[in-house]
Amino acid sequence: MGDPILKLPSIVRTARAVASAAVLLCLGMAPLASAQVALRVSDTPNDAGHSIDIQWIAPDEHPAQWVVARRAGAEGAFETIATIDGSATSYNDVGEGVEDGVAYQYRITALPEDASLASAISEPVSAHPDWFDTTKGNVLVVTLLFFICLFFYIGQAQQGKTWTFRHIPGLAAIEEAIGRATEMGKGVLYIPGVQDIDDIQTIASMILLANVSRTAAKYETPLNVPTNSPAVYTVAEEVVKSGYQDVGRADAYRAEQVRYITTEQFAYVAAVNGMMLREKPAANLLLGAFFAESLLLAETGHSIGAIQIAGTANVHQLPFFVVACDYTLIGEEYYAASALLSNDAKLLGSLKSSDTVKIVLMIIVVVGCILASSGLNSFGEWWSTTR
Amino acid sequence: MKREIPVLITLIAGVFCLIGFFVPHPWVRNGYQDLQNWALILVGLTYVLGVANVLRVNVDGIQNRHKDWIYKIVLVAGLVVMVVIGFAAGDGFLDASSQFSWMYRNFYTPMSATMFSLLAFFIASAAFRAFRIRSTEALLLAIAAFILMIGRVPIGNAIHPIIPASADWLMEVPQNAAKRGILIGAALGVMATGIRLILGIEKTYGSGEGGS
Repeated sequence: MGDPILKLPSIVRTARAVASAAVLLCLGMAPLASAQVALRVSDTPNDAGHSIDIQWIAPDEHPAQWVVARRAGAEGAFETIATIDGSATSYNDVGEGVEDGVAYQYRITALPEDASLASAISEPVSAHPDWFDTTKGNVLVVTLLFFICLFFYIGQAQQGKTWTFRHIPGLAAIEEAIGRATEMGKGVLYIPGVQDIDDIQTIASMILLANVSRTAAKYETPLNVPTNSPAVYTVAEEVVKSGYQDVGRADAYRAEQVRYITTEQFAYVAAVNGMMLREKPAANLLLGAFFAESLLLAETGHSIGAIQIAGTANVHQLPFFVVACDYTLIGEEYYAASALLSNDAKLLGSLKSSDTVKIVLMIIVVVGCILASSGLNSFGEWWSTTR
Repeated sequence: MKREIPVLITLIAGVFCLIGFFVPHPWVRNGYQDLQNWALILVGLTYVLGVANVLRVNVDGIQNRHKDWIYKIVLVAGLVVMVVIGFAAGDGFLDASSQFSWMYRNFYTPMSATMFSLLAFFIASAAFRAFRIRSTEALLLAIAAFILMIGRVPIGNAIHPIIPASADWLMEVPQNAAKRGILIGAALGVMATGIRLILGIEKTYGSGEGGS
């Protein structure tokens, strides 16, 4: 019997080797007797191809660096594709150098060279693109559920079914605000946020602008729309023009009603605040995506005594609007506004489907909480969008 | 036809992008990315229309001596000078040493910072109104805000460690719960709006033919 302390590293190594073998078996790969480092090579899942994942279990003492080499087919010389840190346990071989459908073999060697720290040659693996990203299965389920509910409720709406929705004071106030501006002989300022037209909040704002422009045209109330993106400007111009045409007031539309100001955030704020202070509109409608400029705009509007209605889905700006504006459309209310204003059966059907999916999601959240509290995390993990 | 063709284009592009979200295969993904690149090119072209609009509105204001027309001269001059200097500098117009960058740093940045700094005063005036206790809800808001403000500065911990702990609890539990509720609702709103547009159910804008 020698000193047990001196024997400990070999015991640890044996234990690690057994553990490694167990892990590798679990991974579906037989441990290699002649090499300390065994590779697990597989096609990268849920990708567009041209990518292979290489994994290995760190040896007891890792080298300074690993040299990753690859060859196409089972013959030929290996070509070094990367030299990576010795503490790494994986490498993603990605790029046009990896051709889809071609079988590649890999091996890793230590740097400085150490024969005991080298892998065997891996099994041949080929990359291929996937037709479905399985990490988005949860999103697909919700999307399909939404479509099913939507078509079901649209069908019901077409059969004459009606639903009652919660009254949103901010929506009723939009027409009231335009009416007030008409009585005062002043204008309405419509601010569609500071994001470009690719933002869904800006698109929702354009839908609301259509309603607002029709009402303003009907009441013959001046409507001004300063925009901070040329793309939003071109869309807003068409929307306002169409709104005036829809109520037979195309002649009342003036080109300078919809203006492009600037894409710079605070320069835009300066210009819009200037318009507020000079023209003193009776109503300010702040509907869109807002950031740091929200309070600068809303407080200036408050200082001139305008009735202010805001709507945004940017959670961090909601408190500012709640404080500085008379009415605020919060999150989903903002998106529901156009449907509620139009009173169109199909649009209301889409709101009903949104509410139904929300109830389903609430049940999922509650079930997930109960299961997670019971130690069953797989349900919650499947619904996670950050996998 | 004025309405049907845009709806059809929206339907095809929208469904394709929806499929592209789930399918990583290059046959779909490349087309999905091409569509996004086309959108970027279209947005780039709209800058021409945007600049034309700025010039038309402001030059018209100068010619007709609208109110504060003198400031419009400054705006148009600023636009023209920046464009000329930018083009004169060529490809390196964004280099730190270029005249374009110098003008941006020394003219625009201080003015932008000035606008942003006004936020501090506006927050104070808005907070003054928000914390006037007129109802039970306003009282709760004021108490929560007081705990949060005291809990976020060293004096809160000096008074009692429970104050910063309460502030953290307020942020992590009730605030987070409310925020996530709003976010889930907003996400469903995004989905509903997107589907309405893709399927052409949303007819309230872009019609010009007598929308609802």
